[in-house]
Amino acid sequence: MSWASARTFRHGVHPGDFKELTRNLPVERVAFPDVLTLPLSQHLGAPSVPVVSPGDCVRRGQLIADSGGYVSSRLHAPCSGTVRSVGPAHHASGKLVDAITIDRDRASAQKLQAMRPGDWRTQSREEIVAQVAAGGFVGLGGAAFPTHVKLTPPEGKHARFFIVNAAECEPYLNSDYRILLERTDAVIEGIKVLLKALGSEKAFVGTEDNKADAATLLRERLPPDLPVEVLVFETKYPQGAEKMLIDAVLHREVPAGRLPIDAHVVVNNVGTVAGIGNMYLRGEPLIERVVTVTGPGIRDPRNLLVPVGTSLQHVIDHCGGIHPETRQILFGGPMMGQAQRFLDVPVMKGTSGILFLTDQEVVERQEYACIKCLRCVDACPVYLNPSRLGALAKSRLYEDMLDHHIMNCMECASCSFVCPSNIPLVQRFRVAKGLLKEQAARERAREVAT
Amino acid sequence: MSSTVNLLVTTSPFLKDRANTAWIMWQVTLSLVPVALLAAWYFGLGVLLIIAVTIAGAALPEWLQARMQAKPPVVSPLRDGSAVLTGLLLALTLPPGIPLWMAFLGGLVAVLIGKTVFGGIGANAFNPALVGRAFLQAAFPATLTTWRPAGGLSDLTTIPATLFSVPFLRSGVDGVTAATPLSQMKFGGELPEWIDLAKGAVPGSTGETGAILILLCGLYLVTRGILKWRIPVAIICTVWLAGTGLHALDPSYADGWFHLSAGGLMLGAWYMATDPVTSPMTQAGCWVFGVLIGLLVVVIRVFGGLPEGVMYAILFLNACTPLINRVTQPRTFGTRFKPGFTR
Ligand code: SF4
Ligand code: SF4
Repeated sequence: MSWASARTFRHGVHPGDFKELTRNLPVERVAFPDVLTLPLSQHLGAPSVPVVSPGDCVRRGQLIADSGGYVSSRLHAPCSGTVRSVGPAHHASGKLVDAITIDRDRASAQKLQAMRPGDWRTQSREEIVAQVAAGGFVGLGGAAFPTHVKLTPPEGKHARFFIVNAAECEPYLNSDYRILLERTDAVIEGIKVLLKALGSEKAFVGTEDNKADAATLLRERLPPDLPVEVLVFETKYPQGAEKMLIDAVLHREVPAGRLPIDAHVVVNNVGTVAGIGNMYLRGEPLIERVVTVTGPGIRDPRNLLVPVGTSLQHVIDHCGGIHPETRQILFGGPMMGQAQRFLDVPVMKGTSGILFLTDQEVVERQEYACIKCLRCVDACPVYLNPSRLGALAKSRLYEDMLDHHIMNCMECASCSFVCPSNIPLVQRFRVAKGLLKEQAARERAREVAT
Repeated sequence: MSSTVNLLVTTSPFLKDRANTAWIMWQVTLSLVPVALLAAWYFGLGVLLIIAVTIAGAALPEWLQARMQAKPPVVSPLRDGSAVLTGLLLALTLPPGIPLWMAFLGGLVAVLIGKTVFGGIGANAFNPALVGRAFLQAAFPATLTTWRPAGGLSDLTTIPATLFSVPFLRSGVDGVTAATPLSQMKFGGELPEWIDLAKGAVPGSTGETGAILILLCGLYLVTRGILKWRIPVAIICTVWLAGTGLHALDPSYADGWFHLSAGGLMLGAWYMATDPVTSPMTQAGCWVFGVLIGLLVVVIRVFGGLPEGVMYAILFLNACTPLINRVTQPRTFGTRFKPGFTR
């Protein structure tokens, strides 16, 4: 297997990994909070539609919101209690988003009202996918794309390969690593289920060499007859980006502007896989997740099992509070995470980590002239020219950026990370992409109207 | 419920590489210190005077610019170290007996004409140090081709009188002149062993001798991830191949090793051609740039009218950089397909 460790994608960057803070801390459960806030949009796609009203009693695991469309997801009550309200609440995106608020029943033993997913061995592919949808599963790596959609390839396409994404290339985070170590059985069960659901001929587990011990453990535990290969790649950002992982595993590039299924692959985060395994083993829908709470700004960094909907404040209290110099709180990792303004935002299905940074870690923002040093070009994993794109974005020549393949940018922030002149490259690309998408949508609408 | 802590909300990334522009420039400058010291060893402490004066000349326009702007910049342009680097690089290309006022003027012109008029750092088309050097060469051709033999410990502290000559007066003493290995090659004469060349104990510009040391300094920068490493690699391979090829065709031509270790090739390859601003912005472009410089150097040296061609080769390719950029844009990810691939 030694040759496999040399495999990786081209370009990328090597940020410090800062994982030691929580690397060896087993996952522990936080106490149930008194109030849970469940935004109806915690995934990509249409918001969920509530099926409960204020005053209703709910039991832990009970369905509280149904899918609002095909690309949408269900929500289940992460604890037993009473629905207080359905209305706007702070969301990690910084906006106010409709959410279901539940007051915990303090007398309840919080016993799970288990799903009955049945036995996947006797189920058809469609039945398994329906069960995954019923469990409310979304990608737990951060993007939170509804899993059942990924498991249903469009007509005429087939996932020959299935990749479990355990790269966790974001610095500081350890939730995937702890899942690999502590929930190995659920991971293996999930791989079996998904191999069957997709009809794939082979599965791969892709991870980085800073998690080699977890890879070894998984290899030992995997049943020999299961067509699974565990691959260990160089620790490099963004190894965990779907397209980069596919490139490393299969040496094939997903066509620009297309999805992994166009390269005959489906990629799922290891947390999602373990969750699906867990549903079949224990009947638990997606109501809690592993969150790495870390960074120099929090007193006791931990790996926590957090019910979805738990507020940031509750997590902080559980971890001994924050240092006075804490200046930034992020949901997600330092490369792609989102800075938070309010302490009442809830942990969501896609929240893989909460990072607390102090004044010392806040990056310099004084911008200098581009010295054309090529570092961003050398870093960009999709071979763009961020320097040129940055110059175009600064002069608002957004249309010209299309010619330089701006839509292929995956906003991984590698270019901004290496830029010695502190040019806010990815920050500008996000704005440009947003505007270009809006414009394209407007044009489509006009075409439909005429 | 609003927060009690004063949280800063910005967008990702929240992590930055330690390298910033100033750090890079100072790293390059520091890596040249051994080269400067070697030059002082061979040509006497006067070299350090030349360096100091040239840097002063190069820093003056930047300093004035910062002072004269209506709204002074938040950070003085001097802070980024690029002017100091330009001055140092220029000084290392000058002959060891150059009058100090000329060195000062060279530094001034390098930054003023080579950078400031283009709009400051990042906007210039030509390597400023080479602009300064080209100016001096055009203005004072005799002085710029007067070389002294390399000395040793004994004359470490002798500072040649030519250094202190005053503008527009011919200095009486013209020092000892010696032919550089390249002019020996060009205009006849015994070629030195290339190992002497590599160590640097030959007549030449202050910092151009000592190929091995420059190579090591350059490699240090590569390990730091600073240099556009493809450029020196391309130049060195091309020059070696072309030199060796010519030598094989006709042994009266100097061989590849000689070309590599003589003149300003190493300094040019590692420190001049790699100037980020004036070299290509694509990976393929860097290879093209390096190969063309290498070819041009050998052509000028062997067939041209001048003994040395590094400076002109680099300046010429600087001018071609926008064109090279245009024709070497990378393909984006996801546009190369394998057979058996549904599109
Ligand atoms: S990394 Fe920054 S300074 Fe360097 S080329 Fe890219 S945009 Fe310019
Ligand atoms: S953010 Fe976009 S342009 Fe920058 S490195 Fe990532 S993919 Fe390339």
